[in-house]
Amino acid sequence: MTSAKPVLLSVEGITKAYPGVVANADVSFQIHQGEVHALLGENGAGKSTLVKMIYGLVKPDQGRMTWRGAAYAPSEPRAARAAGVAMVFQHFSLFEALNVAENVALGMENPPALGALAAKITQVSEAYGLPLDPTRMVGDLSAGERQRVEIIRCLLQDPKLLIMDEPTSVLTPQEVDILFKTLRQLAAEGTAILYISHKLEEIRALCDEATILRRGRVVGTCTPRERTAREMAEMMVGAVLTPPERGAKKDWGDNHPALEITNLSVESPIPFGTALKAVSFTVQRGEVLGIAGVAGNGQDELLLALSGEIRTAEGMVKATGVSVGPLGPNDRRRIGFVMAPEDRLGHAAAPDMSLVENAFLTGAVRKGLTRHGFIDWAATRDFADRIIKAYDVRTPGSHVAARALSGGNLQKFVIGRELSQSPDVIVINQPTWGVDAAAAAAIRQAILDRATEGAAVVVISQDLDELLEISDSFAVLNAGRLTAPRPVKGLTIDQIGLMMGGAHGMETAHVPA
Amino acid sequence: MFRLEKRPTPSRFWTGATPVVAVILTMLAGGLMFGVLGKNPFEVIRTIFWDPLFGEFAWYLRGQLLVKAGPLILIAVGLSLGFRAGIWNIGAEGQYIMGAIFGASVGLAVFPTENRLIYPVMIAAGAFGGWVWAMIPAILKTRFNTNEILVSLMLVYVAQSILAMAALGFLRNPEGAGFPGSRNFNSYPAASNPELIAGTGMHWGVVAAFITVIAAYVLLQKHLLGFQIKLSGQAPRAARFHGVNPTALVVLCMGISGALAGLAGLFEVTGPAGQISIDFNTGYGFTAIIVAFLGRLNPLGILLAGLLMALTYIGGEMASTNLGLPSAAIQAFQGMLLFFLLAVDVLSNYRVRMSMKGTA
Repeated sequence: MTSAKPVLLSVEGITKAYPGVVANADVSFQIHQGEVHALLGENGAGKSTLVKMIYGLVKPDQGRMTWRGAAYAPSEPRAARAAGVAMVFQHFSLFEALNVAENVALGMENPPALGALAAKITQVSEAYGLPLDPTRMVGDLSAGERQRVEIIRCLLQDPKLLIMDEPTSVLTPQEVDILFKTLRQLAAEGTAILYISHKLEEIRALCDEATILRRGRVVGTCTPRERTAREMAEMMVGAVLTPPERGAKKDWGDNHPALEITNLSVESPIPFGTALKAVSFTVQRGEVLGIAGVAGNGQDELLLALSGEIRTAEGMVKATGVSVGPLGPNDRRRIGFVMAPEDRLGHAAAPDMSLVENAFLTGAVRKGLTRHGFIDWAATRDFADRIIKAYDVRTPGSHVAARALSGGNLQKFVIGRELSQSPDVIVINQPTWGVDAAAAAAIRQAILDRATEGAAVVVISQDLDELLEISDSFAVLNAGRLTAPRPVKGLTIDQIGLMMGGAHGMETAHVPA
Repeated sequence: MFRLEKRPTPSRFWTGATPVVAVILTMLAGGLMFGVLGKNPFEVIRTIFWDPLFGEFAWYLRGQLLVKAGPLILIAVGLSLGFRAGIWNIGAEGQYIMGAIFGASVGLAVFPTENRLIYPVMIAAGAFGGWVWAMIPAILKTRFNTNEILVSLMLVYVAQSILAMAALGFLRNPEGAGFPGSRNFNSYPAASNPELIAGTGMHWGVVAAFITVIAAYVLLQKHLLGFQIKLSGQAPRAARFHGVNPTALVVLCMGISGALAGLAGLFEVTGPAGQISIDFNTGYGFTAIIVAFLGRLNPLGILLAGLLMALTYIGGEMASTNLGLPSAAIQAFQGMLLFFLLAVDVLSNYRVRMSMKGTA
């Protein structure tokens, strides 16, 4: 179906190497006019490097590109934009203290007068079904609305190719629907879209063609509509994936829930953070509670309150009926808590310390690694080595510093460290952030195994698919408030969308830039 | 163009080699400075580094080495624990003075009683004096979030005024014909800190310094508290996640460094200095900051750095008396040592690369 349309951009034999890693090796593919083309691959597969070369941010070592039949080698983004390439980045570059029109003007080469620009923004936003008021402060906008600012900024340049890097990672399902409508309209008008993602169902719903990258190489192309998500995932990973399995559930016959949170309200210790407002939930032994929500809505604060880094009043946090609010992290570990904060480097792990020292960081109490205050380094090294082995952490050894590990490998180490401590209560923020699909599956399986053994689990994640796969009950954190948890069984995607945005109003979602 | 590239892990080689490189660079730059001042650079460098150990008067100067290095090491080890935790006690000089005053006051209060318990009690009082003086910035920091660098530094000048008051007033020798200064402890056996082995300069303060080096080494390598100190300095958020109480750590680290500085003052006033006088303090508390960094905040490194710094003190004094160098030139020379150390320090965490054109 694509051959009928003329080729817009052709990439031939592109290679780009960085010290120690080949980001792209002999990559070739073509994008046709008016086509929505998916670039699919795991973290680290080389997607970002490839689009940075197309957008003029990085120069390829080898290979060439042609744009509408002519040689194309942008030396800087300005040249790429002049040719008609526009890009919406995963992380927005907006000024919160300026309004929408001013932000758009800042990103343009020759901005018109603000009044005329505002009128144009309104016109474009109506034409493409992206409601946006040019006079509003960006600081007051939700993540989805901020993304619209970036998209409209691109559309004002009348691009021939629009690159979108992981655009849905911060959106609610309803906002995703709006975005897809816009993208389809753009494609119908002849704009090609290069859509980068690892979310397979989205790609199946939206894209005409997909190029699949693995370790910097093109390993296949397909028409997403004709493939199942699993087939594409297996092409992406290069292995057969098995979904996580849940062991048999049993009734533990407890008098009190393993974790009981009642009217938890705390101010945020983080500048521009979100205060928690009357958060309540209970988790029984063997139960997995999934907490969804866009980052910045109180996830970090909830983890700090559960880990003991923020002390709370008596009765707000109880474990098996006993108040633990005033206890610090190590006292909570002593009674069976383990926790994994989202920020691996600097919070969950000390960047310049070795993996052995980082194993001691949280394992000291439950693994009995001290005697009269003296550290048993031999036992600690043993513990670190066992984590590395059990969770397939790729590292030259346990002596290397945490910051020498890739994000995914450090993630495996941190999660492995917590799950290897035979916990009773597990609190994890973003369990599979940055790890590849195979490792993500292993981590989810390990979490479920601990639940089967009787641990109460709270998983905070932005990945809805992940939460629905492993959770028993589901709640959404929005502007510091938690919706009432509901059983995952029978929950429809529309209901989830309402929990995420509709119930509290989308404009209240707060995301730091 | 040169550019710096962060190493994945700090280089072990450069961590050990930077002090040596810094000393060599200091010799080169210092030699240049001495040359500009019209002296023979080789002669000056030899006078500073060689003569105190192997020259004509080495029999006397070698002993002075331990006398000077003892307090430097004792103070620097205490400071290094705080520096490792990101707690900046800059006022060791004041804590040193207060330790001397507290300890001396106890001794002078019971003069001329002879009792074996007097000196141990004076030691405790000296440590207490330094500790109290360090608790002021510590409590202000934990209660009101003041900056411990400024408060501890300003308290040095307060301590100096108290020292002057003591020398002129409440601790003045009643038999001293009205001259400022206290009684001399060298003529009060129960309260004095004599040379333990003749000619070595070894006194109780030096013994305490060696014990402190070993204790700090064990603390940092093997003990939970040492781990928490290092963790707090390197990754404060990870330290809170581990369960470190930042308030307790500030109080503890300030307390240890203050108490050790106070001890150094007590050993000095009862030994090498002999008495409380207006110019009792000679900057050990400030120089110890250089020693701590020169020794890479590592107890064994501080031991070597303290000896090296003592050498430049003694050699510098020789150079200024024998060769007529201004004492400011010697101080500049010592300052260069810290300057070059901090400058080459970058090599242990970064490597220098020639960057090629076109790569960002």
